[in-house]
Amino acid sequence: MTSTRFVITVIGIDKVGIVAHITNVLAQFEVNIVDISQTIMEDLFTMIMLTESKEKGFDLDAFQDAINAAGDELGVEIQVQKDDVFRFMHRI
Amino acid sequence: MFIHPEEIMETIQMISSMNLDIRTVTMGINLRDCAHPDIDTFNDNVYEKITHRANKLVDVADEVEQLYGVPIINKRISVTPIATIAETFTQEEIVSIAQTLDRAANDIGVDFIGGFTALVHKGMTAGDRRLINAIPESLAVTEKVCSSVNVATTKAGINMNAVHLMGNVIKETADLTRDRDGIGCAKLVVFANAPEDNPFMAGAFHGVGEADCVINVGVSGPGVVNSAIRDLDNPDLGEIAECIKKTAFKITRMGEMTGREVSRRLEADFGVVDLSLAPTPEVGDSVAAILEAMGLESCGTHGTTAALALLNDAVKKGGAMASSSVGGLSGAFIPVSEDAGMIEAVKRGSLKLDKLEAMTSVCSVGLDMIAVPGDTSASTISAIMADEMAIGMINRKTTAVRIIPAPGKNTGDIVEYGGLLGSCPVMPVHKFSSEGFVKKAGRIPAPIQALTN
Repeated sequence: MTSTRFVITVIGIDKVGIVAHITNVLAQFEVNIVDISQTIMEDLFTMIMLTESKEKGFDLDAFQDAINAAGDELGVEIQVQKDDVFRFMHRI
Repeated sequence: MFIHPEEIMETIQMISSMNLDIRTVTMGINLRDCAHPDIDTFNDNVYEKITHRANKLVDVADEVEQLYGVPIINKRISVTPIATIAETFTQEEIVSIAQTLDRAANDIGVDFIGGFTALVHKGMTAGDRRLINAIPESLAVTEKVCSSVNVATTKAGINMNAVHLMGNVIKETADLTRDRDGIGCAKLVVFANAPEDNPFMAGAFHGVGEADCVINVGVSGPGVVNSAIRDLDNPDLGEIAECIKKTAFKITRMGEMTGREVSRRLEADFGVVDLSLAPTPEVGDSVAAILEAMGLESCGTHGTTAALALLNDAVKKGGAMASSSVGGLSGAFIPVSEDAGMIEAVKRGSLKLDKLEAMTSVCSVGLDMIAVPGDTSASTISAIMADEMAIGMINRKTTAVRIIPAPGKNTGDIVEYGGLLGSCPVMPVHKFSSEGFVKKAGRIPAPIQALTN
């Protein structure tokens, strides 16, 4: 489990600037986007991003704090989870 | 590898709305190297070893929780059965060991510490007897210490002397904690065929066949199984079993992944995943609700044992595929006080002690967290215990009894313990005496099932 990939999910009421705001936080922490998908169901905005940090001393705590702060500001729910949890759970 | 958005959303939903969590991360610590003839040195050694090995346990568990976004509810410690390393001490000195364990658990910040334990299935040493006699006071003067006594195995039979003694110990424990509805008994388990790698309190201990320091994980997911079954469109029982298997697989995988990461970070061996469906008092996180989802009007009615057998087996099949390190008690737990659906069933009158006993022949543990009237005699409690031990012995499975004669309470009253221990309606027991049977000393011989060599 040496990968430093994280899955970021965003769920909330759609409004202008969600993607911009969040990708801005990613850029600050030098987190790269590997894959991104986004849909709007009715009014509900959902975005799933597979991201990667190549920094050795990546500070997950600070990153999550910053992401949560962005989520609060935008009124959406954001989760940052290591990608292993999704691979491991559903696949043999 | 591509991760499907559906899988991502499913995982997140399981955690956020179906109460999926890691129930316990339990560090098992060997204390055999702490043995010393002087009690003060012994206690110092025990405190030093536990705090040294486990000082980062809570922090690391919190880090891993944050990394994966999967809640880890309890952090616990289990230690070598104290009776095996404290043979020479007096009863008062043994109480001081319990206090040492409690102090260590408090200082590290874990929720419980288990292993105040004696293994007396075939016979009792003088030291075992002193430890057992020290249990009531030890549980009354400590907060986090949990105790267990193994009184039967398939290989050895049932030690009825120990069963008799434990009836009195349970009564005394209830009495010494009467100001809190006898909560001491909620921290005391009597076992048949206790597994050595059991991370679940109150019965947890670090078996003598284990490595020096081991991380075991217990996973809980009744809510997930419940909602998976309820999502099926008019399923037959085969489809329900299939659905439970798949869900148990996912839950167990999550436990395995978390346990391995915690043990890697703590440089401890990875022990087992206990692939259990352990309920919580939260609404929606109930094993009884799963049984009711299969079409029973109320848990405890006719058909309940069959439904529970289906559930328990499917959980094991799914979990066995998900991890090569399955162990512990593994299966569905049916504690009464900790399961909102079971509590309701008792209140409704559909679930009684006799039915519960029948259910324990196909589930994971046994008569767990059951409150009975405070005036229930010690011999009746011993007899309830003997029945349950017999089920374990004959069926080559683990069974346990965690029963609380709630002081001053009668049938229908409610006792409240709070937190994971929940609340419990007091259940009636048979009024006919078992005294004559229980008082006969000796051992019920090992059954023919023991002769497997």
